[in-house]
Amino acid sequence: MAKTFRKPQALSDRPTHYCPGCTHGVVHRLIAEVIDELDIRGRTVGIAPVGCAVLMYNYIDVDFQEAAHGRAPAMATGLKRVRPDLMVFTYQGDGDLASIGMGEIVHAANRGERFTTIFINNAIYGMTGGQMAPTTMPDQRTTTSPFGRKTDEVGMPLRMAELLASLVTPGYITRQTVIKPKYIKKAKKAIHQAFTNQMENRCYSFVEVVSTCPTNWGMTPVESVKWAEENLLPYYPLGDKKTPDMAAAA
Amino acid sequence: MAIRYCIEEDLCKGCGLCVSVCPKKVLEIAKKVNTKGYFPAYQARPEDCISCAICCTMCPDTAITITETAEAESSGK
Amino acid sequence: MAKVLMKGNEAIAEAAIRAGCLNYFAYPITPQSEVAEYLAWRMPEVGGVFLQGESEVAVSYMIHGAASGGARVFTTSSSPGISLMSEGISYMVGAQVPAVFVNIMRGGPGLGGILPSQADYNQATRGIGHGDCRLLVMAPATIQEAVEMVMKAFPLSEKYRNPVMILGDGLTGQIMEPVEFPEGLKAEPVNKDAWATNGMDTRGADSPNVIRSLYLDPTALNDNNLALRAKYERMKSEEVLYEAYNTDGDYRFLIVSYGTMSRVCKTAIDMLKTDGIEVGLIRPQTLFPFPDSAIYAAARKTSCTDVFSIEMSMGQMVDDVERCVKGVKPVQWYGKCGGDVPTPEEIIELMMATLKA
Repeated sequence: MAKTFRKPQALSDRPTHYCPGCTHGVVHRLIAEVIDELDIRGRTVGIAPVGCAVLMYNYIDVDFQEAAHGRAPAMATGLKRVRPDLMVFTYQGDGDLASIGMGEIVHAANRGERFTTIFINNAIYGMTGGQMAPTTMPDQRTTTSPFGRKTDEVGMPLRMAELLASLVTPGYITRQTVIKPKYIKKAKKAIHQAFTNQMENRCYSFVEVVSTCPTNWGMTPVESVKWAEENLLPYYPLGDKKTPDMAAAA
Repeated sequence: MAIRYCIEEDLCKGCGLCVSVCPKKVLEIAKKVNTKGYFPAYQARPEDCISCAICCTMCPDTAITITETAEAESSGK
Repeated sequence: MAKVLMKGNEAIAEAAIRAGCLNYFAYPITPQSEVAEYLAWRMPEVGGVFLQGESEVAVSYMIHGAASGGARVFTTSSSPGISLMSEGISYMVGAQVPAVFVNIMRGGPGLGGILPSQADYNQATRGIGHGDCRLLVMAPATIQEAVEMVMKAFPLSEKYRNPVMILGDGLTGQIMEPVEFPEGLKAEPVNKDAWATNGMDTRGADSPNVIRSLYLDPTALNDNNLALRAKYERMKSEEVLYEAYNTDGDYRFLIVSYGTMSRVCKTAIDMLKTDGIEVGLIRPQTLFPFPDSAIYAAARKTSCTDVFSIEMSMGQMVDDVERCVKGVKPVQWYGKCGGDVPTPEEIIELMMATLKA
């Protein structure tokens, strides 16, 4: 059965600066597809992070604000509170959201702010050249954990989806991945749900997307997919951790 | 009505993900670089392509499109 | 118009609403928490937005997000909290986004004290954030002046697309004085479609607006900085405000002082006058831009032998006063920074001691 496939309207024509095989491009496209499908381009405002995606305003054609590192949820809170009719989303990496921005994301989620967060978890700091992230796996080598992440010194990796799902305030908290086509379809559905929740003013929505970083992992894109499937997915299990009608996860 | 399959050569970064996910093993990496210095993917066996669009879904650079055209065209670039 | 007896913090809160600002994000900190406590019930009354954020860091970005979306918005804090907002303010200056920040100064450095100080002068006028970052800074001496400065701050920040700071102190925030809210200072709404991220549909536009301060290309970044510099130069030529007190005649000493400290100096000047000792005062009402030429002219008065910078700090404004005086007269600093406001008697003693020397 032949399918057609074209670039979504909301995705710009500009070639991206992302590395070959970087899954940012996939997630950007899914967001753009959802913006097209919901016909919300004219009232969507994205809040870009500090990280590889700092220039994402070049790739998705909607209004954008550039946030300081970790502060996107605070900017989104300010914007959404004064303009609740706008569709506001933050897009953040593991340094941005799980390290410096931990306070902002927990409090925004806990207040039930009605915006949407897409969290790119690739277990490393990409833009700054491959340092350890709060999500880096035990024994994983990075430029600031050259002997591997030593969990007796710096603790275990942070599972953000589970952490946010433990908040009592209702929300849509899910973990997806885009490393293979079968997962991409589910991730698209989750992102669609996350934006639909905002259209219906239901709750805070958070989609964690397990991603790759071939360059800083020191692997080819195809090797990265394998490594992610074998090492990240077992520790970061996929699925909905909380939906608006569910009670908080224990 | 025909199907036109296109990999935009200068958008492709040669990451190889499309090659790895194609169920019919249609795609391969070219031996010649594009204008950006990457070795792009191309349809080595276009006749086996079933337009499932799995490669399009996987491509991080949205370099692959499948469109309908009025007349039959040779696919790929 | 009837005058109302109000606490400084509450008058500042009400002034923002009367100016047409219906959005407030803040975090409690002594001695200004009453602003948030007042607006927590007053904002809902006027259909405005009130949110207590989780930290001053977060609040500075809530301000940035809301203002970048085109809303008129303000926050209040005190010294250590303003330090936390430093990065956010720098981002707003770089991205050219307007908003109003009020600093009700307390003792520092560090946790310091909760009583009044004027020790954030350098921070406000020079070091509010990294980069070539300046704010238009206004310093009220009375609650009435605070009200009017807050109301004027909104159109000023929108005129320059730059944050504006009101520098008060713990005394201004805590005391009660009669105030009125001049109708004429209510600011008209401003169309921000040229730059705000208010949604393309709102603007009837097809191309997005991007609010950012990142310019990786050095020429582009230099251009942005040149644009900022041009704004600051324009502020210097258009926005200087000061009061000259007892400067018409021949005065022996010139005091430069602002805010609460200037009120004490005025009392000392009045008391010295009865003893036949004339002292003039230049009271900056804008700290940036600073009244350079007014201070220089006042220092040059033939009868004047000494210039004093009297401030509740260990000597911050004195550097600017020295700069303005250009060496024509000796300049000395007097101040305290523990929370005690120097008394008129102390000022008189200082003048008398200098007279004898």
